Amino acid sequence: MENNFEELEKETEQDCSKAESGKALYDAKLRFAAKLKTIMSGMKELKKEERPVFGKRVNEFKEKMEARFAELGEALKRAELERKYQREQVDITLPGKAYTQGNVHPITLVKKQLIDIFSGMGFTVFEGPEIETDYYNFTALNTPKDHPARDMQDTFYINDNMLLRTQTSAGQIRVMEKQQPPIKILSPGKVFRSDDDATHSPMFHQMEGLVVDKGITLCDLMGMLNEFAAKMFNEETKVRFRPSYFPFTEPSVEVDLSCFACGGKGCRLCKGTGWIEVLGAGVVNRRVLENCGVDPDEYTGFAFGMGIERIAMLKYGINNIKNFYDNDVRFLKQFND
Amino acid sequence: MKVPFSWLKDYVDIDVSAQELQEKLFSCGFEVEELIYLGSKIDRVVVGQITNIEKHPDSDHMVVCKLDCGEEYGRDIQIVTGASNVFVGAKVPVALDNSTVAETNPAQLQKNPDGVKKIKKGKLRGVESNGMLCSGEELGINDDYYPGAEVYGILILDEKTPVGEDIKKVVGLDDYIFDIGVTANRPDCQCVFGIAREVAAVLKKPCKQPDFSYTETRASDVNVKVTVEDSELCPRYMGHYVTDIRIGQSPAWMRKRLALCGVRSISNIVDITNFVLLELGQPMHSFDLDTLSGREIVVRRARKGETIQTLDEKEFILNEENLVICDGDKPVALAGVMGGLNSEITENTKRVYFESAKFARDNVRHTARALGQSTDASSRYEKGVDAYTTALGMARALHLIEQLSCGVVTDNAADVCAVSTKGKKMTAKISKINGILGITVPTDTVLDILTSLNFRVKLEEDGDTMQVEVPAYREDIDGFPDLAEEVIREYGYDKIQPTFLSTATITNGGLNEAQKRMDKFKNAAKLQGFMESMTYSFFSPKHFDLIRLPEDAPERNAIRIKNPLGEDLSLMRTTLVPQMLENVIRNVRRGNDEGKLFEVGNIYLPSEDPANVLPEERITVSFAQWGTGDFFTLKGAIESIAKAFDVKIAFEKASYPFLHPGVSARAMLGSKEVGLLGELDPTIAGEQALEKKVYLAQLDYAALSKKFKDGVKYVPVPKFPSIKRDLALIVDEEISCGAIEDCISHACRAVSDVTLFDVFRGKQIGENKKSMAFTLTFTPDPAADKALSPEQVDNFVKKILGNLKYNLGVEIRA
Repeated sequence: MENNFEELEKETEQDCSKAESGKALYDAKLRFAAKLKTIMSGMKELKKEERPVFGKRVNEFKEKMEARFAELGEALKRAELERKYQREQVDITLPGKAYTQGNVHPITLVKKQLIDIFSGMGFTVFEGPEIETDYYNFTALNTPKDHPARDMQDTFYINDNMLLRTQTSAGQIRVMEKQQPPIKILSPGKVFRSDDDATHSPMFHQMEGLVVDKGITLCDLMGMLNEFAAKMFNEETKVRFRPSYFPFTEPSVEVDLSCFACGGKGCRLCKGTGWIEVLGAGVVNRRVLENCGVDPDEYTGFAFGMGIERIAMLKYGINNIKNFYDNDVRFLKQFND
Repeated sequence: MKVPFSWLKDYVDIDVSAQELQEKLFSCGFEVEELIYLGSKIDRVVVGQITNIEKHPDSDHMVVCKLDCGEEYGRDIQIVTGASNVFVGAKVPVALDNSTVAETNPAQLQKNPDGVKKIKKGKLRGVESNGMLCSGEELGINDDYYPGAEVYGILILDEKTPVGEDIKKVVGLDDYIFDIGVTANRPDCQCVFGIAREVAAVLKKPCKQPDFSYTETRASDVNVKVTVEDSELCPRYMGHYVTDIRIGQSPAWMRKRLALCGVRSISNIVDITNFVLLELGQPMHSFDLDTLSGREIVVRRARKGETIQTLDEKEFILNEENLVICDGDKPVALAGVMGGLNSEITENTKRVYFESAKFARDNVRHTARALGQSTDASSRYEKGVDAYTTALGMARALHLIEQLSCGVVTDNAADVCAVSTKGKKMTAKISKINGILGITVPTDTVLDILTSLNFRVKLEEDGDTMQVEVPAYREDIDGFPDLAEEVIREYGYDKIQPTFLSTATITNGGLNEAQKRMDKFKNAAKLQGFMESMTYSFFSPKHFDLIRLPEDAPERNAIRIKNPLGEDLSLMRTTLVPQMLENVIRNVRRGNDEGKLFEVGNIYLPSEDPANVLPEERITVSFAQWGTGDFFTLKGAIESIAKAFDVKIAFEKASYPFLHPGVSARAMLGSKEVGLLGELDPTIAGEQALEKKVYLAQLDYAALSKKFKDGVKYVPVPKFPSIKRDLALIVDEEISCGAIEDCISHACRAVSDVTLFDVFRGKQIGENKKSMAFTLTFTPDPAADKALSPEQVDNFVKKILGNLKYNLGVEIRA
């Protein structure tokens, strides 16, 4: 009797060793069950008192073998998973599949950086028309009719009354006509001048800033530009004023920043001077305030204007203004910020 | 504006170096754009006296000289020279061993643009030569610098010149020229004396006046009558008659002054007028009185068609916009620009009528520009000449006549003056000045600074109010802010201390909604892989031809710039397409085989009343895509960008002259046309050698952005699942996908999405037919609060198929 069990166990082990899949193992299990059934059918021939012993033995054997089947099943699953892993293995050094984002133009990028800096100081943004009247571009900005700045050489005219704005300062007037102080605006945009050479483009971008409120001074202008220089370039950047002239500001200053490439020691970027000319500024001329219906005895203000291309060229070391309008993708794709 | 250092020293006792003065001028508003050292090319060239001359043993044209160059350099220096004008006892410039002189050989100058020639000792045909004797040219000077400098041969120096002296000191090369950038508000500084006044103020030294004295020594034999017909264009006209003119060469000191400023000496009378222009900034003119008919001067507008031949022998036809100086019957000068040839000073001139005048700056500019005749005089007038200096100029010229003894000043003078020549008077408060500066400049300092700049200031008892008389030459000063500027530029901008709007109201900054949308739009385009490009707002008429716009295309009605840089930049653009196409062409030519670009910019549309109403500036977007993707990539990108604003753009088939007729679409927003999209016509691509397909699009951003929806609109997630069904349809070839989608969406409200997933053509489908497979998504009505049953969906499909068949003749594929 016991031999039968041993034999069946041996046969089954052999059978199972051939099974390489769950299905084959299942078939082996069915065959085992059939054979066990045959063994169990011998119970009828046993004596009544031997039957419980036999029954117990059968159960033990069955449990043992089922555990064995489970174990084999697990092993098979593991092996199958191993094979799957093996099969699906990749060469992780193959190139990644990139999705390339585009990017905005460097002018847009720098404009945004400037707006971010000044927004934090309470500036809103005003964008005026690019084709302006003579009044907003010149007359209201205290540039009298016989002023050299109005020379045909510098300004593109559409007709006697209209021109392509030469400065975003035109926006100052449009804002002040509609709004009484306090005023803090930025006026970015395209401007046009009849100049075309290695360092000039007939179209470029400016950003004008204007603050009009009670008790505004040249010291406030200095303070604000210090903040701008620190954020746009680096914390160590210093601001220097020197006298200049613009018809719409009095006093007028040219604003230099300490060279952020060499820290003011003198290098190629600053032509050895330690300073870089960055923008023009000044206290808003009383006549300009009057022209816009703002009382110059009650309010004062300052204005500053900078070339966005110039800032971008300084910040990124771009040496030719024409790059901005060439639209070479090898140039454009670098401004991914 | 070129100012010689040596000339400035005539007026101010300058005790700082040229470099220090440059710094000081910079800090007070006069940027020295270039500080030129005249002797920069000359080094180790000294005065030597020839003590012996012998023939060169091996040359016919060379001689061997011995030179005494003084204790320091040697008393017996042997130098070989080929020049024939040397003689024993002559004092000459000696370039010692290891010295430098100016390069004069044109071929060498080409190779060596800084123009410095090195001199070393050597042997000339076997004879030792320890340097070189120099000509005037080798020192870089002409006769105006040093008489005899233009002689052929060695420069023979004045016999009193000490030996061993540095030649730069002898011939005036030990000097600096300040090339100063003068701002437009300071025309009074367009001259040496004007800068001297500033130098005196910044160095806190007195400023010596030039000598303006003269004597009218002769009673006049004629009375020249001066009439100014247009006092607006000529606010002051002064004339003075000088007789017994002796035309000749100017003295060396004057010629040198002119030379330092780059002006060639002509004759004493002409030199005097040029000298006064350089010294005082007052343009002067001299007429030969004997050529003036009627012995009179009339300043008037030219008559239309009147002509004048100017000193440079150019003939001009004039009109009423040009101001002329006339004698009794004809123009004799173009006011403020140039004299007439007919009244020119010649060597035979005996009687001169001097003119010193103020002309209106815009009129002079207009005339100079219109006639293309720009002169030193016109450029001063354009910047502005003040009426006060007009008199100084005349006085100075008359003084120089007497100083040079080249004429006799008569008592016949005219002064027609319509404006005040006195300084403005004003009241200003020191507290107001400090108020805009933001610092407190001590009262004494304010008074000192203003006084040093020739303001007459009286402080009132309150210690704040000042009575100020502005110098007559300072026409730019007209209020206390101008005084504030004078004070701070002398006091020093480095005294300004940063503060941060301590008195200002707090304001809330940032972008407005439209500006934020523009940022978001650009960002959406960026996320679709597009790079932003930028092109000029003006373009060429050729651009219309590039995209084959017909003659009557509305885009051709573009605004013209009156004075463009050239025809290619003469029109304000009415479409972004051609410049975008050019971007592609340029990139492909540079080997950039693929790319995606977009531009946001204005197009400019003429108004109904172009003289008075500003044109419409319409924000427009263009796209280009080449070497990557297809029509649907670009279409999908545009749809995705629009989706970011919850806007749906529909596309319908359309044709454009520059797009492939089969691959082009019109973009619609409801019933409004908002743009175009398509493949560049292959024939244009061929002409431009574009091998890969190019896709272009343009959208009316202004119109689109009106429909943009901002922010987030939340819809609850459906409680019950959606059900999807796939439909394969047999469709006539000409029926568009869009038409089917619309038909399906309209047939059943439960359809939340229709997506095409396959198009198939083949024999089994039939000729001129296609099979299109769609996935339809049915979503239960949230209000119904229950799931869709399969039977309901079956009914929806039945209805949809019915509509498709009825409206479009579409059948379900068996």
